[in-house]
Amino acid sequence: MKRATAWSFCLLFAGSTCLAVDEAADERYRNLLYELRCLVCQNQSLADSDAELAGDLRRRVQDLIDQGMSDEEIIAHLQARYGDFILYRPPLAWRTAALWAGPFVLLALTAWLLLRRIRRGHARASGSLSDVERKRLKDVLKRGSD
Amino acid sequence: MIRGWLAVAVFAGLVAMLAFGLTRDPSRVSSPLIGLPVPAFQAERLASADEHFDSTALRGEWSLLNVWASWCTTCLEEHELLMRLSQQLALYGINHRDTRDEARNWLQVYGNPYRASAFDEHGEVGIELGVYKVPETFLLDPDGVIRYKHVGALDEEAYQEQILARIREGRP
Repeated sequence: MKRATAWSFCLLFAGSTCLAVDEAADERYRNLLYELRCLVCQNQSLADSDAELAGDLRRRVQDLIDQGMSDEEIIAHLQARYGDFILYRPPLAWRTAALWAGPFVLLALTAWLLLRRIRRGHARASGSLSDVERKRLKDVLKRGSD
Repeated sequence: MIRGWLAVAVFAGLVAMLAFGLTRDPSRVSSPLIGLPVPAFQAERLASADEHFDSTALRGEWSLLNVWASWCTTCLEEHELLMRLSQQLALYGINHRDTRDEARNWLQVYGNPYRASAFDEHGEVGIELGVYKVPETFLLDPDGVIRYKHVGALDEEAYQEQILARIREGRP
């Protein structure tokens, strides 16, 4: 509705600013669709999905933009009906902490294990020989030169 | 020795995690509406465009709100059960993304278990209820609060364990 009035204003006072306003709204619309998940196909965003539900939800997003809602309000509107799953990127919360922090924890853990192993290897390589080892080495060398 | 046990523990943890992940049905998404009053919506009734279906009128007794469509083949699987339940429970329908003719014809052929059906031609009501897969069934308590949502065809087991159990529990 608002969009229709906006356009009639544009026609009345034909100017480039009207077009700019409309382009900004279109860009918001496109960006929002990539943030929202289609619950039928699940691994597609609303922008990519051909499902009928995705079509309905795209229309709803457009309506809400036309009503003057902010991006946050639109996302909250859909989240209240479909839950967190509608968000293509899971929210950062205590429930999802493992999901977000997990890869970094694993990376740190592997790096630590790797470093420890390398250091240990170094320590062994650079360490001086014990008396027994020295003697054995001498024996081996002697045998080799015979 | 400790290292051996640690490896076993890590492996067991991994197996437990994968077992949990693999046995979950990813198409069942829990609804944030459970525990809240049924969203207020008004729609035309399927029977007549002049009459209105008002969700705020769904109170005073336990009721089932079933989302269905004539194009929905899974709806036929639960239809016999719904026909049976309609004799003991208040059953309302939301005819989702359908045409009046086809929906009415479907009810005539298979039987009408609903006291009334809302005609949700463009899926607007469906969005209010967070519907993403037809059929879906909502259990409303006498205060009009959503107590349970079933996604997919309702069966005897789900009816007994999820719906009837809640009604019995809630009754004074």
